[in-house]
Amino acid sequence: MFRLDGKTALVTGASGGIGRAIAATLHAQGATVILSGTREAVLQEQVKELGGERAFYVTANLSEAAEADALVGKAEDVAGAPLDILINNAGLTRDTLALRMKDQDWDQVLNVDLSSPFRLCRAALKGMLRRRAGRIVNIASVVGTTGNAGQANYSAAKAGMVGMSKSLAQEAGSRGVTVNVVAPGFIVTPMTDVLPDAQKEKLTSAIPLGRLGKPEDVASAVLYLCSEEAGWVTGSTLHVNGGMAMV
Amino acid sequence: MSEIADKVKKIVVEHLGVEESKVTPEASFIDDLGADSLDTVELVMAFEEAFNVEIPEDAAEKIATVKDAIDYIEKQKAA
Repeated sequence: MFRLDGKTALVTGASGGIGRAIAATLHAQGATVILSGTREAVLQEQVKELGGERAFYVTANLSEAAEADALVGKAEDVAGAPLDILINNAGLTRDTLALRMKDQDWDQVLNVDLSSPFRLCRAALKGMLRRRAGRIVNIASVVGTTGNAGQANYSAAKAGMVGMSKSLAQEAGSRGVTVNVVAPGFIVTPMTDVLPDAQKEKLTSAIPLGRLGKPEDVASAVLYLCSEEAGWVTGSTLHVNGGMAMV
Repeated sequence: MSEIADKVKKIVVEHLGVEESKVTPEASFIDDLGADSLDTVELVMAFEEAFNVEIPEDAAEKIATVKDAIDYIEKQKAA
């Protein structure tokens, strides 16, 4: 089950902890993957780690609208195949309490975390609708549902992503194209590794399953939604958070 | 039949997978050719690409038949 042989998948933010695991998981299931990110050296290294076969990379700065618009086409060019799967995983945070949040902090997060995924969806849907097949999985966050002090911008973008995905799911459903969301909770990545142990313990105590998440926990959920087996699932949000928020 | 009309017909046949004989000038995309709202959007985008014209949303809404499309494009091209 859940094989992706012959499928082509674009993963944005592939050089980050979660994106890397998603790309590796899809690749292991037989997909051809195109990794997108800003750090070329890291992406090159990852392609090598994947064995070089069925693995490509494209650098893109998704804060630039034109680069986001062009990314799907570029990915199809390097892979030499039309895109079957799009994973909008790239995102950034500019955390601060609202009173101190600058317009720039707000705009930048909304642009990269919401507008750019929309641009990528729009570009990918064009071909997917025509081919009557496709899978889009948008990576949101538990804070899009629960909110989080210091993340008004990020949680707004992630909640927006859920609404967007539901609308796209309705537009694309008649063509067999599904659009779903995976909403991770607290995942261990290089970004969260630096937190003090006391803070990690406190976070863990709020998680019924008693541990922080691994990037692979998220990747498995993504894999399911990309598979043929998930063909009757669309517009849904799969929460992967160890039970921290049961929504 | 004009070159534009010919090309429009070809695009409609290709996108909707209908028989060429059914694509008459009076044929309505939705009522006669089985298109849904997404098909009509895709058709308009295909026309834009093929003829290098921009069809704004309010104009696109009024394009219901094959003739509507041909007339609109011919007018744009003549302008």
